[in-house]
Amino acid sequence: MSKKKVYITLALIFILAFFAGNFAYPQFLNLPNFPEIPFKLGLDLQGGTHLVYEADLSNIEKENYGSSMQGLRDVIERRVNLFGVQEPIVQTQETHGQYRLIVELAGVKDPAVAIEQIGLTPYLEFKEQKENYQEIVQKNKEIIESGEEGQLEELEEPFQSTPLTGKYLEKSEINFDQTTMKPMVLLQFNEEGAQLFGVLTEKNIGKFLPIYIDGILISAPTVQEKISGGKAQITGSFTVEEAQVLSRNLNAGALPVPINLISQQSVGPTLGAISLEESLKAGMVGFLAIILFIIVFYRLPGVLASLALIIYIGLILSLFKLVPVTLTLAGIGGFILSIGMAIDANILIFSRLREELRAGKDFYQAVEEGFERAWSSIRDGNLTTLIVAAILFSFGTSFIKGFALTLSLGILISMFSAIFITKNFLRCFINTKLEKIKWLWR
Amino acid sequence: MAINFLKYRKIYFIFSGILITGSLVSLCVFGLNPGIDFTGGSILEIEYKTERPSNQEIKDALSELDLGEIYLQPTEEKGVILRMKDISEENHQEIINKLAEEKEVEELRFESIGPVIGKELKEKTGIVVVLSLLAIVLYIAFAFRRLTFPAKSWQYGVASLFALFHDVLIPLGIFSLLGKFYGLQIAIPVVVALLTVLGYSINNTVVIFDRIRENLLKGVGKDYIDTVNQALNQSLTRSINTSLTTLFVLIAIFFLGGETLKYFALALIMGIVAGTYSSLFLVSPILVSWLKWRKRI
Repeated sequence: MSKKKVYITLALIFILAFFAGNFAYPQFLNLPNFPEIPFKLGLDLQGGTHLVYEADLSNIEKENYGSSMQGLRDVIERRVNLFGVQEPIVQTQETHGQYRLIVELAGVKDPAVAIEQIGLTPYLEFKEQKENYQEIVQKNKEIIESGEEGQLEELEEPFQSTPLTGKYLEKSEINFDQTTMKPMVLLQFNEEGAQLFGVLTEKNIGKFLPIYIDGILISAPTVQEKISGGKAQITGSFTVEEAQVLSRNLNAGALPVPINLISQQSVGPTLGAISLEESLKAGMVGFLAIILFIIVFYRLPGVLASLALIIYIGLILSLFKLVPVTLTLAGIGGFILSIGMAIDANILIFSRLREELRAGKDFYQAVEEGFERAWSSIRDGNLTTLIVAAILFSFGTSFIKGFALTLSLGILISMFSAIFITKNFLRCFINTKLEKIKWLWR
Repeated sequence: MAINFLKYRKIYFIFSGILITGSLVSLCVFGLNPGIDFTGGSILEIEYKTERPSNQEIKDALSELDLGEIYLQPTEEKGVILRMKDISEENHQEIINKLAEEKEVEELRFESIGPVIGKELKEKTGIVVVLSLLAIVLYIAFAFRRLTFPAKSWQYGVASLFALFHDVLIPLGIFSLLGKFYGLQIAIPVVVALLTVLGYSINNTVVIFDRIRENLLKGVGKDYIDTVNQALNQSLTRSINTSLTTLFVLIAIFFLGGETLKYFALALIMGIVAGTYSSLFLVSPILVSWLKWRKRI
C-alpha cells in the first residue's frame, strides 16, 4: 500500500471518528445543525414497569384465540396510550399454549394506577345527545372560536351515557354495503340489549348515537329509524382494515377476556438514574485502567490502540443511537465488557508485531505479517463469543437480549477497529524516523 | 526463557481436580440459591426518607398481611430490600401503605414473578447452556478440521469442553457457598455471565489452538509436546494481558457498577480467572495426556 493511500485512509478514519464522536456526544462541541438523537434507555435505566398478563381464553373457541388476543392488545394499547408515556410496548405472546400480553411502560410515574387501568375489561358504550345538545354545541363552538386558552376546560360534553353497553353485545362482524361496496360493522345485541337499543333508537331518530370504547369516541352514526331485533350497523368512511379493527375491538369489548397479572417488574426513576450513573462511572474507570495498562505495556502501539479504542467507543455509541439499541443495565454491562474485549484484538496484533520484530524482520514486514498471523486467532476467538451471544439473543428475556445485542455489536465493531483502524495507524509509521526507535515498539 | 508447561501436568490436574470436587460437593450439599427469576417470588426495594426502622419494626408493621416469610436486607444508608413469595398487586399496594404509615418511604423497585414464568426460564436456561456447549465444540472441531495428526480436531473440541466445565463449575461452586453463607441468590445476570464465560474462556483456548495449528503446519518443535509447549509460551503474555484488561473493567463494574451488575461482574471475574488458568494449564495438558494414553505420541 502506498504512503499516500495510507494517509488518505487515515484522514477518512479521523473524519469518521469526528462525526461518530459528535453524534455520540453532541454536548461536547455543540456544533450547530448537527443531528441530535438521544440514547434509547431501557426500563431499568429511566424507570418504568414491565408487566406480563396471562389471558384466560377458556370461554373462547380455539379458532378465535388469535383475534381475541389482537382485540385485547388493541384495547390495552389504547388504554396505555392514555398514560402519555413514550413508546409504550404492548405485545402478545404464545408459549406452550399459554397466551400472554406483555406491556412495557417506560417512565410511567405510578405503575399502580397503570395496572389498575389495564386490568379493566374493554368497555363499549352507546351515548345519546343531551336534551340541550344544540345549546351545548353552540356554546362549545363559541369557546373554541374565541380561541382563549384556559377556557377549553369549560367545554361541555354534549353526550350523555345510556344503559346500553358492551355487556349486551352478542357479537360484531364486518360486512360490505351491497350497493356502494363500502365496509361496515354489524352489531348483534342479545335480547335485553335489543330491547334497550329499540328504545334508544326510537327516542333518538335523526340524532347522533355515538359509540364509545374506553371513553373514546369511535363512531357517531345518525339514527335513521327505530331498530328492533337488536341489529345495528356502523357505516362510516372507514377502510376495510379500520372496519376490521373496530369489529375486533367490539368483539373484545363484548367478549371480555379476563387477564391476570403474573409478573411485574417496576423500577422507580430514582433507582434508574442511579444505576445509569454508576454503570457509566464504572465504564469510565475501567476504560482509563485499560488505557494506562496498554500504554505502559506496549508503549507507542499502546497509544495507537488507545486512540483506536476511543474511536471504537465513538463508533459503537453512534451505532447504539442509530439502530437504535435500547440500552438496559445489561446492555451497558455488555458494552463495558466489549471494551475489555476490543483491546484483545490489539493485544494479539502487538504481541505478534513484537515477535516478528524480535525475529529480525523489518518494520514493514513485521506489521503486515503480524496482522496476517493474528487474524485467524482474532476471527476464531471472536466467533465463539459471537455464537454464544447469538444463542443468548434467541433466549428471549429482555435482560439477556440487551446484553447479547450490545456484546455482539461490540465484538463486530472491535474487529473492524483492530483490523482497519489500528493497522492503518501502524502503517503510517512505516519508513519514518520513529520506526527506527526500537524501544517504542518492543 | 521458556516455561515447560507440560511437565507438571499432574500437579495442574490435581489442583483443578480439588477445586472441581470441592465445587461439586458444595453444589450437592448446599445446592444453589436460585433467585426469584427462576422460582417465582417478589422483591421490593424501598428507601426511607428519614431513617431506616429496624428489621423487626418492619416485620411487625407487615405482620397483619398474610405474606408468608419475609427476608429483609438493608441496603446502603436508608434502603431495605424485602423478598417474599409472589404477591398480587393489591398486596403490593397494601405493603407500601403499611410501611408508609410509620415512616415516609419511596419505592425504588418492585418485581413479582409468577412461578410459571420462573419454571419456563429454568427450562430455557438449560436449553441455552446445552446449545452453547454444543455449538462451541462443533465450531472448534470445524475450525481445526485441518488438524488430524496426532490429535484429531474433535479431540481439541472435547479437551476444551472439559475446560469449559471447569470454568463454569468453579464459579458455580463459589456461588453455592456464597448462597449458603451470605444468602446470595443466582439471578438472571449471573446465569448470563456464566454463559458469557463459556464464550470468553473458549476464546483463550482457541488462540492457543490456533498457535498449535500454526506451529504444526510450519513444523515448529521437535515433537508434538514441544510444539504445544512453544505455542503455550508464545501465547502466555497475550493470554494474561487480555484477561487483565477485561478484568480491569469487570473489577470497576464490581465496585462501582451498582447492585444489579455487581454479581454479574463477580461471576465473570471468577469465570475469566478460571478460564485463563484452564486455557494455559488444563486444555493442552489434557490433550497431551490423552494422546499419550492412546499411545499416539
